[in-house]
Amino acid sequence: MSGFLDRMLGRVRLGGWLAVAAPVIAVVFAVLITSVVLLAAGKDPVEAFTTLADYGTQPRSMAMILNTGVMYYISALAVAVGFRMNLFNIGVDGQYRLAAVIAAGLGGAAVAPGVLNIILVIVVAVVVGALWAAIAGLLRVYRGVSEVISTIMLNAIATGLGSWLVSEHLGVLTGNDLGTRPIPDDAHMPGIPLIPGTPVLVNGFVVVAVLLGIAYWVVLNRTRFGFELRATGKSETAAVASGVSVKKMIVVTMILSGAVAGLIGMPELLGASYKYSNNFPAGLGFTGIAIALLGRNNPVGMAVGALLWSFLDNSSNQLQLLDISKEIVQIMQGVVVLSVIIAYELVHRYRIVAEQRRVSRELAAPQEAPKAEATA
Amino acid sequence: MAAAACGGSGDTATTTEASAGASSAPAASEVKVGLAYDIGGRGDGSFNDAAAAGLDKAEAELKIQKKELEATAGETDAQKEERLRLLASGGYNPVIAVGFAYSGPVAKIAKEFPDVKFAIVDDDAAKGDNITNLMFAEEQGSFLVGVAAALKSEKGNIGFVGGVDVPLIHKFEAGFAAGAKAVKPDIKIQTKYLTQPPDFSGFGDPAKGKTAAQGMYDAGADVVYQAAGGSGAGVFEAAKAANATAIGVDSDQAALPAYADFKDVIITSMIKKVDVAVFDFLKNYTSGSVTSGPSVYDLKAGGVDYSTTGGKIDDIKSKLDEYKQKIINGEITVPTS
Repeated sequence: MSGFLDRMLGRVRLGGWLAVAAPVIAVVFAVLITSVVLLAAGKDPVEAFTTLADYGTQPRSMAMILNTGVMYYISALAVAVGFRMNLFNIGVDGQYRLAAVIAAGLGGAAVAPGVLNIILVIVVAVVVGALWAAIAGLLRVYRGVSEVISTIMLNAIATGLGSWLVSEHLGVLTGNDLGTRPIPDDAHMPGIPLIPGTPVLVNGFVVVAVLLGIAYWVVLNRTRFGFELRATGKSETAAVASGVSVKKMIVVTMILSGAVAGLIGMPELLGASYKYSNNFPAGLGFTGIAIALLGRNNPVGMAVGALLWSFLDNSSNQLQLLDISKEIVQIMQGVVVLSVIIAYELVHRYRIVAEQRRVSRELAAPQEAPKAEATA
Repeated sequence: MAAAACGGSGDTATTTEASAGASSAPAASEVKVGLAYDIGGRGDGSFNDAAAAGLDKAEAELKIQKKELEATAGETDAQKEERLRLLASGGYNPVIAVGFAYSGPVAKIAKEFPDVKFAIVDDDAAKGDNITNLMFAEEQGSFLVGVAAALKSEKGNIGFVGGVDVPLIHKFEAGFAAGAKAVKPDIKIQTKYLTQPPDFSGFGDPAKGKTAAQGMYDAGADVVYQAAGGSGAGVFEAAKAANATAIGVDSDQAALPAYADFKDVIITSMIKKVDVAVFDFLKNYTSGSVTSGPSVYDLKAGGVDYSTTGGKIDDIKSKLDEYKQKIINGEITVPTS
């Protein structure tokens, strides 16, 4: 038997056609609800969805969607690492922003030349993210502080700390914007002409994101550490009984989650803005939580979720051209997450009930079982 | 209002059915204006709304068409660029970007579309032959309301509530403090910023504004100036509860229907005429006399000012105008930070 949380976080797998049915039901459901909202607002849903489809299939938009999606995906991975162990790292947001501030300050100072500078920036971001997350892990292990509370508070502290660093130490004023010194040209992450038919380059971090996704899968499913992590997530007591040090697992998992979080700001910092300023994208950590739920912590599922989220975000301008308020995008995103959770739960329940029926049928009429199997 | 000094070359009548050929002075009825808002968008009761008011006035008086796009929280520069590109490539010309956050994106997109005119509010870092920078001397207007606060304060204790701790809002604070000290050198000024960037919620959270202002009134302040966008409503609420007074920002807030409940406590407002700047720019565009580079809206140009709605500062008006004249003459230079 599995609990609702296990099913929501994708710790129970669906097999066969059920694995396909759930997302299909979710999408259909989301489209229906959105259509109702659009109709209620006096807009034509067909026109809206045609515009969306049109936008999503242009090469230029695809590159844009991929670029934003890369950040979303890394963020979802950071959140998912914790989710798989029942650790709710709400602090991904603070972790990536603080990591980006410090890494940007260092990158702008150009202490190392060229590629070395890129590597330095990335390493520093990963370390800062990991250390900031470790605080919450240690508090949980040694003081019993829920990581949900501590990470939310650490987010606020990270905001204050980052702002102080920029305004007092690292910041340079350009017009009305305050930001760190730009990272020199020789230390920019090169873009990739991945999508034909558009001059928009895809952020080089797309490669990093793919590698991270593979690493996430391998570590969780093919290593002892991953096994222990999943075991702890499913049942802490059982994990303890089989010799897993839960305390160690909590700290290590938080560190790992924070380390990945440190990378979230890197595509923007090294591939687009080259500095951390007041305009640096905020809130990506929370987007990651939604996408981890959407993708059910599965590396491929989260990739699909990240691209879908990014597609919706990027299409907001197109919808506004049709005089459809941009808030419809947020409604769609919310509806998609809920649909996925509900659809999977329904399919799971269907599976459980179907299995119970099958078992009871077999028990009641054992002689018919072979025949039933043959027709199945 | 604020007739733009645009040489008045051949008034392009808005009724002219000019055929084809987009010359330097296109027929106004063919002008499609694209406007990109900062976070908050139309309806923020403050900065974005001021830009919207200018656009609406242009729509009514200059018979232009308009398209408005709003920003989403946490977006990247690339997404802002895409918004401007979408407008420019969709035949919208001129394109107006509201807020310094568009600085980088405007500079980039203006290069991609050399035939489209761009305007950006609150930023002079984006430079180009087709970019007009609409700048305001917020510190000068703030100086005057600082003078008003000092003259009106009976306890010699005043406050400043800034929405977000960013350089732009520092200008408001610096001017306010300088004005107050010009009247009473030993006046006590309490200062508080609601949030730190990149958390921009301080521009849209009345609860935060209320808490901050309450603290100031409790600590002995009797006049509080707010430069906090939508959070300002909370400051007014606190002023009303404390039986004290407050100073508004951006628009003549005592005259706004949204703040009707608080018009008794708002003694004056520092008006930043973004609406005038936007309208002037569009008017110049339709008459073919747009100039690139900074257009500075200061006290002299009537771009910033203090309001007198409610008559609560009528007794000190002559004093305020004295300072105003000194700033215009250059006798007083107001600090910006």
